[in-house]
Amino acid sequence: MTATVSPPVTSGGDLVPPPRRRPARVAALFTVLTVGLVMVSIASAAVGQFGIPASQVVGSVLNRIGIDVLAAPADPFAEAALWDVRFPRVVLALLVGGVLGVCGALMQGCFGNPLAEPGVVGVSSGAAVGACLSIVFGWTFLGAFTTPALAFATGLVTTLAVYVLARSKGRAGVVTMILTGVAVNAVANAAIAFLVFAGDQAAREQIVFWQLGSLAGSRWAYVATIAPLVAVCVAVSMLLARRLDLLALGDRQARHLGVDVESLRLVTIVVVAVAVSAAVSYSGIIGFVGLVVPHLIRMITGPGHRVLIPASLLGGALLLAAADLLARNAFHYADLPIGMLTALVGGPFFFWLLLRTRRREGGWT
Amino acid sequence: MRLLSRAPARLPEPPAEGDVLAEADAVVVTIGGKRLLDGVSLRVHAGEVLALVGPNGAGKSTLLSVLAGDLAPSAGTVSIHGRPAPSWSTVDLARRRAVLPQHNPVSFPFDVLAVVEMGRAPWEGTPAEDDDERAVAAALADTELTAFATRTYPTLSGGEQARTALARVLAQSASLLLLDEPTAALDLRHQEQVLALARARASEGAGVLVVLHDLGLAAAHADRIAVLAAGGLAEAGPPEDVCRAELLSGVYQHPVEVISHPRTGKPIVLPYR
Repeated sequence: MTATVSPPVTSGGDLVPPPRRRPARVAALFTVLTVGLVMVSIASAAVGQFGIPASQVVGSVLNRIGIDVLAAPADPFAEAALWDVRFPRVVLALLVGGVLGVCGALMQGCFGNPLAEPGVVGVSSGAAVGACLSIVFGWTFLGAFTTPALAFATGLVTTLAVYVLARSKGRAGVVTMILTGVAVNAVANAAIAFLVFAGDQAAREQIVFWQLGSLAGSRWAYVATIAPLVAVCVAVSMLLARRLDLLALGDRQARHLGVDVESLRLVTIVVVAVAVSAAVSYSGIIGFVGLVVPHLIRMITGPGHRVLIPASLLGGALLLAAADLLARNAFHYADLPIGMLTALVGGPFFFWLLLRTRRREGGWT
Repeated sequence: MRLLSRAPARLPEPPAEGDVLAEADAVVVTIGGKRLLDGVSLRVHAGEVLALVGPNGAGKSTLLSVLAGDLAPSAGTVSIHGRPAPSWSTVDLARRRAVLPQHNPVSFPFDVLAVVEMGRAPWEGTPAEDDDERAVAAALADTELTAFATRTYPTLSGGEQARTALARVLAQSASLLLLDEPTAALDLRHQEQVLALARARASEGAGVLVVLHDLGLAAAHADRIAVLAAGGLAEAGPPEDVCRAELLSGVYQHPVEVISHPRTGKPIVLPYR
């Protein structure tokens, strides 16, 4: 007798809907990030050489928007310290951190590999070259915006160079990407070294501190120039989110699903170059935020960009605000370079990531 | 820029049986001085399963790429759904033809459900979007992956990954299906299942081109078999006409014998041992 088995199902039969993912996890993540952001921001504004109680910080903000619940600081000096020094710095930390987080997610999605980060592929050092040029030669043809504008221009050129150099057969391999980053960083650092050599004492000092990364001396004018760029960057990223998901399948497969891969890459890279260059032009080089944050988010809620991008915005903002709080207060009367702090955490994390991926997937090619 | 806006809803009409869904006419492909396809003409009709067979390096995947509109031929023309392939926009093409390449890596640990849902991307913003949930559930059920929906892609076995990629292609609901060795990583049961699915799609009006290595599988399931050899079309026709020992022995450069299945009467192709 011949054994018979049931024929394969075809789409006519009764359909069991597949099990759904847990949206509760996403909601919890956003709640934790938002609460964390508010707490760290208040703490950062309250703590410092001149302590201001947290209730007065909140009170001062509420007063300005017309809600008289908590008392603002009675001391006009405290009020001025909050609004002229600390708030701009906190807001700038949030914006720069958010931009770096989002751009890390964008770069990783765009290149379909988890090690892409604006810093790793040399965008930040490319922007640094432009900033150094304007510092050393004292260019002011665009007024106060000369340094950011030049940082933006060289940042964009560097990004495009990495993009063109690292691609072969439609994909940017991880090793190719990192080696391209090494090469581009080397050239950029050589240019920076020459500019340090060519500059005078004051310019050298300015360059060194710019490269260490710092949010000291933040002003509302800085916030005002980068806030619109951040908003545009996030809005465009959200529009691209679903297509970035498709890039994970590979260029050819994404094209089969109707994605115009080349335009998508170009738009993504321009967005990253604009946003990152603008951010680092004020803060200096702050590495690893864009690498670490999207990774942590992916571990919690998975790799879908519609969640990853807004979560990386909040996560990056939270991380940098917390790092800045630490940078200002770890030592009395000293403002540590924030780029040093993020690299101190990010370097070992990067290494751990390499080991973990090697264990799981037998290494990268 | 179209990239940032929703695509206009220009939806394809369902094809009538016998319509030519893809046509290569005297296609020549030369890459790096090597002639991969040399004047191949082939049509895929609505309602048929067409198996593409041939030895390694015969140009099967190249022909599939040409018919998919991925690769522009050096000479000759390709039309898809009655229009020259280059005249379609990327998204309009995606609503008309789905492609399963041989290798389908996924860069990030998306779960199976997310990967299959990606197949619905061409329909975003069109009325067909309402069908997303049904199409995804059907594709998962057809490939027996419903229970795997929350597993992440890198944790799947090779065969499960291959079925996930197939489910994504099925969820795309295109009327032209181009499948490059969909059975390569699969066990006996799932090989049969894939070809039964191809048949089911064909009887719903789709045209299916499937690259196969197993001639017995091709003879049992395909309406027509096209044999490629060294970049040229050696033969195309119903399995009974194509499965001739002298033809296949020549094409594969190995003696083969063809016997008739005692129950179904379909040809079985075996290497002469």
